Amino acid sequence: MAETLLLDRRWITRGAERASTARFLLWLAPWVFLLLLGIYAAGLCLYYGLNQTNMDNRFAFGLWIFADLSVIALGAGAFFTGFLVYILKQEDLKPVLNSAVVIGLTCYSGAVAVLMVDVGQPLRAWFTFWYPNTHSMLTEVTFCISCYLLVLILEYVPILLRNRQLRKVPSFLVFEHQFHKLVPVLAGVGAFLSFFHQGSLGGLYGVLRGRPFAFRQGFLIWPSTFFLFVLSAIAVGPSFLMLVTATAERLTGRQLVQPSVFRKLGFISGVLLAVYVAAKAIDTYIWLNFTTPRVGFGPSDFYSYQPLSSTFLFLAMVPFGLIPAVLLIVPFTARRRGLLLLAAVLTCCGVLLNRFVLTVQTLALPTLSFDEFLKYTPSWQEVATFGAVIAYGVIVYSLSYRYLPLFEAPKGENKHVSLG
Amino acid sequence: MNARYGMVIDLDRCTGCGACMIACAAENNVPPAQPRATYRTGVTPMLVRKATNGQEGALRREVFVPITCMQCEEETPCVSVCPQQAVEVDKATGIVMQIPQRCLGCRYCMTACPYHARYFNWWDPQWPAGMENSLNPGVAVRMRGVVEKCNLCHARLHSAMAKAAAEGKREIDPADYVPACVEACPTGAILFGNLADEKDPVYAAAHSADSFRLLARIGTEPKIHYKSTQAWIRALAERSTEHSGEAQHG
Repeated sequence: MAETLLLDRRWITRGAERASTARFLLWLAPWVFLLLLGIYAAGLCLYYGLNQTNMDNRFAFGLWIFADLSVIALGAGAFFTGFLVYILKQEDLKPVLNSAVVIGLTCYSGAVAVLMVDVGQPLRAWFTFWYPNTHSMLTEVTFCISCYLLVLILEYVPILLRNRQLRKVPSFLVFEHQFHKLVPVLAGVGAFLSFFHQGSLGGLYGVLRGRPFAFRQGFLIWPSTFFLFVLSAIAVGPSFLMLVTATAERLTGRQLVQPSVFRKLGFISGVLLAVYVAAKAIDTYIWLNFTTPRVGFGPSDFYSYQPLSSTFLFLAMVPFGLIPAVLLIVPFTARRRGLLLLAAVLTCCGVLLNRFVLTVQTLALPTLSFDEFLKYTPSWQEVATFGAVIAYGVIVYSLSYRYLPLFEAPKGENKHVSLG
Repeated sequence: MNARYGMVIDLDRCTGCGACMIACAAENNVPPAQPRATYRTGVTPMLVRKATNGQEGALRREVFVPITCMQCEEETPCVSVCPQQAVEVDKATGIVMQIPQRCLGCRYCMTACPYHARYFNWWDPQWPAGMENSLNPGVAVRMRGVVEKCNLCHARLHSAMAKAAAEGKREIDPADYVPACVEACPTGAILFGNLADEKDPVYAAAHSADSFRLLARIGTEPKIHYKSTQAWIRALAERSTEHSGEAQHG
């Protein structure tokens, strides 16, 4: 046991303070249990088929697609922070860059893993690359997410190679040093790919001509939801990054980044959120007054059903839209950490609600005049698999925090800030 | 061949007997429903549904509406969304074809279909011992995890084409290509034919004053038409802003 403890300590960054091995294992234990339960549930779905879920022919998408859309939006902080640091030269955000990469990697790899369980024939996933339908938004999503996941893995490699033990391997050290020069290029490629797949995820629904609740007009081949998803993703990414960092600070009892970094992330998130809410309001006005009446639908077809009524629209626009945007932008509130984090939570809730509405409400609402409003409750296998993605994210982030220099102070900054 | 196959279903004649559903399942090797299957997880490429006028008592009226793939001609919702070209509109016949062997099972096409006429195989196909002898050798059984739908009994079209070729003809005899549901309907409620042929009876029926198509305003040009002499049934075609009916499965 003592030997193990010694071994564990040897992998922790020199000079960094970390919890004891026993405490760390205790922290990991419930997450590992959740992960194993999820793997078991996913195994049932893969072995026996998707009859293990409560999805059906009418509710063909369920909790997993909602989870995919959500985690990919929350993980947008990875590409957007990279874009801000390397392309727009916002160097003061560099301390959270590594953390953003780990969040992005876990979000995207988790989403891809769930997608592999969600499709009926996972072994045919390569068909999309072999017989791509260039008109399908899902093709664009598949290509961009696959490529971006590769980019995230490549971005993670230099962080991984900065581990105390791995740095002792000279070739790794040289590789990490040389590879680091490529990171700005990867950030640019990542931003390009992410712009398209975040948008295409919105486009998935916006192009559904047969679902007037989701269908939107747009610009060229892209429905308005394409642009709204990009906007909402880059608005929520910094907020989620802020929340994860604040949670890590709370759990470790250490200050990991300067408060100015939080304020800057919050300001960026708030401005983008305000733009998003304005764009969403215009989009909703056009959709309700011009797009849907043309196909014989009206607001009462969408908002007369409880519990998915217009309350959700109000929630998304005001408590989860305007209010957090104001809290994040106005200096008086942005200076107060509690309010800043509350606004970040509300921002995340707003984007999650938006993804829920597009995934679940779109399918619940009837299209045929003699059709019914549908209900769907996920099975325990779906919930457990979803839980496994969260557990996987926590585990990978915890391991990365413990063994890698995740938070780095820029040169010349406050020395008392933890090395990670 | 440059046909546009479609149907006109006379709702005034439909009694909701379900013979079309049985014939469809038998012709297309649809396995018996699993014990846990519900009407939302079964495979029913032809599904007879019931709609009402929303009234009660003496004012209540009911109609059976057979729902199948509408064979959308324009902006076919399921075709453009499939990421791996497992759905296509056959240029020669207008039939919307599903290729189960290429289907990933992502179910995006099911989400896209406004008629809910696409079905996922949630279970492995299984038949009771001995019943597999009754399978139609002309139709491939679909595996678990893929989507399927009505293809207007494409195997029968193949047989008709093979027969025409054997007789040295370029065009099929219309009598040789009749989908199973059309054949099975005891009241002759389903008229099938080439909508592009003005001489075909289906053409006149589709253009009659009492014919309509479901959700035609969406603009996908469905090739399955319905007809009824009753105005409230024709009003089912489009979704009005007021609720005019309740839903049940047939």
